[in-house]
Amino acid sequence: MTTWQRKHLLDIESLSADEITMVLDTARAFKAVGERAIKKVPALRGKTVINLFVEPSTRTRISFELAAIRLSADVINFSAEASSLRKGETLKDTARNLEALNADIIIIRHSAAGAPHFISRFLRGSVVNAGDGAHEHPTQALLDTFTIRERKARVAGLNVTILGDILYSRVARSNIWALNKLGANVTLCGPATLVPRVFEQMGCRVMYDVEEAIANADIINLLRIQHERQRKTMFPGLSEYTSLFGLTKARLAHTRPDVLIMHPGPINRGVEIDSEIADCGRSVILEQVTNGLAVRMAVLFLISGGKAQEITA
Amino acid sequence: MVMSQKVVLLSPPAVQRVLTRIAHEIAEKNEDDADLVLVGIQRGGVFLARRLELMLASVMNRPIPVGALDVSMHRDDLDNHVAPEVHPTNIPIDITGKTVVLVDDVLFSGRTTRAAMDALNDFGRPRRIQLAVLIDRGHRELPIKADFVGKNVPTALMERIEVQLKEAGGTDVVYLEKA
Repeated sequence: MTTWQRKHLLDIESLSADEITMVLDTARAFKAVGERAIKKVPALRGKTVINLFVEPSTRTRISFELAAIRLSADVINFSAEASSLRKGETLKDTARNLEALNADIIIIRHSAAGAPHFISRFLRGSVVNAGDGAHEHPTQALLDTFTIRERKARVAGLNVTILGDILYSRVARSNIWALNKLGANVTLCGPATLVPRVFEQMGCRVMYDVEEAIANADIINLLRIQHERQRKTMFPGLSEYTSLFGLTKARLAHTRPDVLIMHPGPINRGVEIDSEIADCGRSVILEQVTNGLAVRMAVLFLISGGKAQEITA
Repeated sequence: MVMSQKVVLLSPPAVQRVLTRIAHEIAEKNEDDADLVLVGIQRGGVFLARRLELMLASVMNRPIPVGALDVSMHRDDLDNHVAPEVHPTNIPIDITGKTVVLVDDVLFSGRTTRAAMDALNDFGRPRRIQLAVLIDRGHRELPIKADFVGKNVPTALMERIEVQLKEAGGTDVVYLEKA
């Protein structure tokens, strides 16, 4: 049996397949907690969790916040707009100040890749990466694989097509790592400017014909066009993107009948996905939100464990 | 390395006899109780609860609901150990007003039992909770006492009790391992 030995969750790249599976197994038990009348357990009673969101986010922050609350931790939300980072304080000083408040876990979202790794080097507490630049978004990949495993009973051998803006997507990178480690076949598709061939080195298939890329997919994971991260124009316009790469009803008609449609949100209806498809029976977009809460509870629980020692009855 | 010495506390037939006796004691104590529920504590207790249910059903002439409870989210010592493997919790019926018999393999510090009682409260308010254990090895850290005990075994703190059950692959046997 594997045991969880990590104090931080910084990325998927460094996790083993067994560690990923352990998070998913643990999350299954926490999902059941959310379905009870009393949705709270005392596992992290007395712990302090700080949401350090230097880059704005609502859904991920709320999901982590609720996860911490349901584990009975105390949670403080810290956003860049209202903070001293605006007054010129460095990230290191901000993190040290939060630690001086005896924070046990710092959940960080930052526009710079590697920011969570950086603060984990000098903090005594645990650090969780809630998205760092275009690098990784580990809990998103964990909740995506959890959703796939729950719906398809396995991950190994499935064909997963990730469609959209791959270049600027930390969700894509974390998903590629997780899916490859668990044995899925990953295909990437999107405009050539946003899906460079270099991704083949991560063990993926890169395709530019959307019909072909989704024809045999068990899962289509749609990514939003990251306007905010694109430094120059990568394609002529949103309507052109929709006509070439959007998941339309016509395109969906030529996919497997049991294909699952996933999206990390927020969705842009009518851009990367037809409005009706987002609400159809094959879409698991809202299940992903529910599962995200369970996965984040599992992560906070696992990293809060102490050092290896025999467990006594 | 120190050689450890294993002593058999309960042989396979002894495990069976002890469980049969516990089943009869549970039936005797709860004779008139129409609302009996067995809840096994993950993992060993779950196997034992299912076996007790089979025996109880024939003694009491009716099926008894059986649940499974994982207490790792309710323990108070996450800081001291690596995070444990979490197993499913499944309480099949509303336990409010019922007599719940918690079933565990080994009673030691009592902390697991305390966590189990806390966890049960999240599912409802039982009328009473009783505790059945295969082995009571002493060293309680909380004021907790079992209602039904398979075997009392005075132990030293450093000794280990190892319970093997056939459901987990193998045979029914209980060892005392001396350090």
